[in-house]
Amino acid sequence: MSKDINIKRGLDIPLIGEAEKVTGSAERSDLYFIKPSDFKNLTPKMLVKQGHEVKAGSPLFFSKDYPDVKIASPVSGEVVEVVRGDKRLILGVKILADKETRYAEFPVADPSTLSNEDVLKRMIDQCLLAFVKRRPYGTPARPEDKPKAIFISGFDSAPLAADLDYALHGKDKEFQAGLNALSKLTTGKVHLTLHRKHTTSEVLKGAKGVQINWISGPHPSGNVGVQIHHISPINKGEVVWTVAAQDVALIGKAFLSGHYDASRIVALVGSEVVAPKYYKVLQGAPIASLSKGHVKEGNLRYISGNVLTGFNVGAGGHLGFFDCTVTVIPEGNHPKFFVTDGWAGAGLNKHSASRTYFSWLMPSKKYRLDTNTNGEHRAYVSTGEYENVFPMDIYPQHLVKAVMIGDIELMENLGIYEVDDEDFALCEYVCTSKTPVQEVIRGGLTLLEKECG
Amino acid sequence: MKKSADNRQNEALKMKFLEDIFHNVKAPFEKGGKYEKYGNVLVAIDAFETFLFTPKEVTGRGVQIKDGIDLKRTMSTVILAMVPCLLFGMYNAGFQHFRAQGIMDAPFWEMVAMGAWKVLPIVVVSYGVGLGIEFAFAMKKGHSVEEGFLVSGMLIPLILPIDIPLWMVAVATAFAVVFGKEVFGGTGMNIMNVALTARAFLFFAYPTFMSGDKVWVHGALEASNTPDAFSGATILGDLANNVPVDYNVYSVSDMFLGFIPGSIGETSTFAILIGAAILLFTGIGSWRIMLSAVVGASVMGLIFNAIGATVLMDFPWWQHLIVGGFAFGVVFMATDPVTAAQTNTGKLIYGFLIGMFAIMIRVFNPAYPEGIMLAILLMNVMAPLIDHYVVQANISRRLKRATFKTA
Repeated sequence: MSKDINIKRGLDIPLIGEAEKVTGSAERSDLYFIKPSDFKNLTPKMLVKQGHEVKAGSPLFFSKDYPDVKIASPVSGEVVEVVRGDKRLILGVKILADKETRYAEFPVADPSTLSNEDVLKRMIDQCLLAFVKRRPYGTPARPEDKPKAIFISGFDSAPLAADLDYALHGKDKEFQAGLNALSKLTTGKVHLTLHRKHTTSEVLKGAKGVQINWISGPHPSGNVGVQIHHISPINKGEVVWTVAAQDVALIGKAFLSGHYDASRIVALVGSEVVAPKYYKVLQGAPIASLSKGHVKEGNLRYISGNVLTGFNVGAGGHLGFFDCTVTVIPEGNHPKFFVTDGWAGAGLNKHSASRTYFSWLMPSKKYRLDTNTNGEHRAYVSTGEYENVFPMDIYPQHLVKAVMIGDIELMENLGIYEVDDEDFALCEYVCTSKTPVQEVIRGGLTLLEKECG
Repeated sequence: MKKSADNRQNEALKMKFLEDIFHNVKAPFEKGGKYEKYGNVLVAIDAFETFLFTPKEVTGRGVQIKDGIDLKRTMSTVILAMVPCLLFGMYNAGFQHFRAQGIMDAPFWEMVAMGAWKVLPIVVVSYGVGLGIEFAFAMKKGHSVEEGFLVSGMLIPLILPIDIPLWMVAVATAFAVVFGKEVFGGTGMNIMNVALTARAFLFFAYPTFMSGDKVWVHGALEASNTPDAFSGATILGDLANNVPVDYNVYSVSDMFLGFIPGSIGETSTFAILIGAAILLFTGIGSWRIMLSAVVGASVMGLIFNAIGATVLMDFPWWQHLIVGGFAFGVVFMATDPVTAAQTNTGKLIYGFLIGMFAIMIRVFNPAYPEGIMLAILLMNVMAPLIDHYVVQANISRRLKRATFKTA
């Protein structure tokens, strides 16, 4: 039964720098970096050391708690460094890429002809389970999970995010093969949710063997958590898996070709990008290979991901494991005088979900927003702000407070199993009190995983 | 383009000059400075610095950009919404004063000046005492000074009678800030509305200065000794004494526009509506609370009109909405997000009950002609209970959905 969902609560932040639908050529890069911190609550155990030769698709490290979750190298080449931080914490693996990519070879297979066990085994062996996340917790999927359903969001509604219609263009075979593989991993259905207005791609609309659901409305309608909540909400004790749409095609290609092809279409966006467009690059590629010569002068922040959930990786950073968007915006690390551009000004260049700044006079304006917090952290005063951007039957502020006091039973009752930190990103954006909401929720999920498994 | 760059550079230089001043003032109190042991002074300096400059703090993990709004903007928007009430309050204070003396054609500016001369000292005392205590607590605790009192400090003068002695304003403000707010942990933690706590304190501690027919109009006491026998009583005060409204003295438009005796900022429903429009349009004030309070009051008023046993019960339900402190309380104090219900459903219940209780207290208890104050304070205490049941309903919905129950 296909579902048709209409979301009213939410917010589209209008930013300058949307990507034009053309694919530019990225500079060839040698150095790739894969970091464990892209996987939530994962403790890595290394499989390679400095000097080891790896192929594209051979594992670099695995999860200490769930050894079947292995993370592969996107390229073939030599491990030049295992970067460590304080207390020898593994920050990531640096790989120097060969000129010609050598792939770890797997037999070519059509997933629809394989048995359920064979598909799962192949997913584990080819390091593909790393692309599957589980709810609750938003952590890597565990092989022993019996997911009641698998959810795929067919569009990304976050500000300036890569358009999946465009990114998946021409990948219909791979995408369908990926769906076929995933459908063997659940006793329930595979749900593919598309945007009523924005999705036009036949790759997505024509997908077979899955339940296609429709959703309309502003961000976070593209968040898989919101879709799960409205289609088949997670109760205590249940597990669902989620996969990003580009990664479905990657999984499909891994089955069809036997190769782990980590390339993806990434959008380079943001107000500081000269001509925002798409690039085809590999996971872990240097940001500079995209941005070099394409960004404006100034004090800039390079974000792997979108402005709501991405990471500040710096100009010398690398593309994250799951990210399909790189955003470049101005840093805001300078004081703002109160009447010119601070809290008492007219605020024509300030975006706000409220109408407290006169920018409401220009409803179609697009903004060049910097990274300033626009105020200090305060105790909670305002109420109802979170609810306006949180389209779930959950009381967001009450849940955040339950996490703050560490009350596990209350968190469970208020629905923490249904959410991931990304679902609270808009709450964090609009928060008058500047509460680090995503960090709080992640803390709650980590606590819960530790206590309840 | 070039010109704007130049401007920006000039501005940056000017700002740099101010930033340097703060840097120099702070230096001796910082670690390793001459007055290191008085480091808590930094809290106070920071309060002024962050007033002038939004800090250079940037986002870290989590969202990379943030909404332009902060607590300073929120609070200043509320203050802006109260300005029409303040200005009209000053004018009306002068107007009522001259009318008490039988002078109906005093020049406009003279009335405003007279009102300002009485009102501004109250504002200054309220802010001075309140902010003084806030700074002291913040310095003691090493917290930053939060903006909550900026609104309370303006609310307090607006809900007091014009002839209130300044020392009482000081005592009430101190009581409200310390026992209404700081003992609970400061801004955002209080259970009852701070400004109403101040008013309730005065109401019960010094009733003769807070009720009756001599306090609402400056000079009413002297005027009452003249042969003209002027009454400075409020409309609700008269009604409570079974004196029906004399529409020749106070027409309905007087009531709406505010040319009636009463607390400084509460008389003009028109000015309050301007404030309400600002709060609602910007999204700061909750329309749910305002609307449901008006509905609640109307329902209660209609019930009393139907019974009609006393003069107060016979007072038309819709006039209840434009006399006394009802409108002011509903717009500026019932909507205080910290002390109101926090869930959307809860807000509807909370507002409705405030409206009902406000009119009920007016009618049933003539000793307290101003029901809205007690209604809001009562519902402040009840708000967490309302929220509790609303949230419990959500929890049971979730539990019911589960196909199996775990212990």
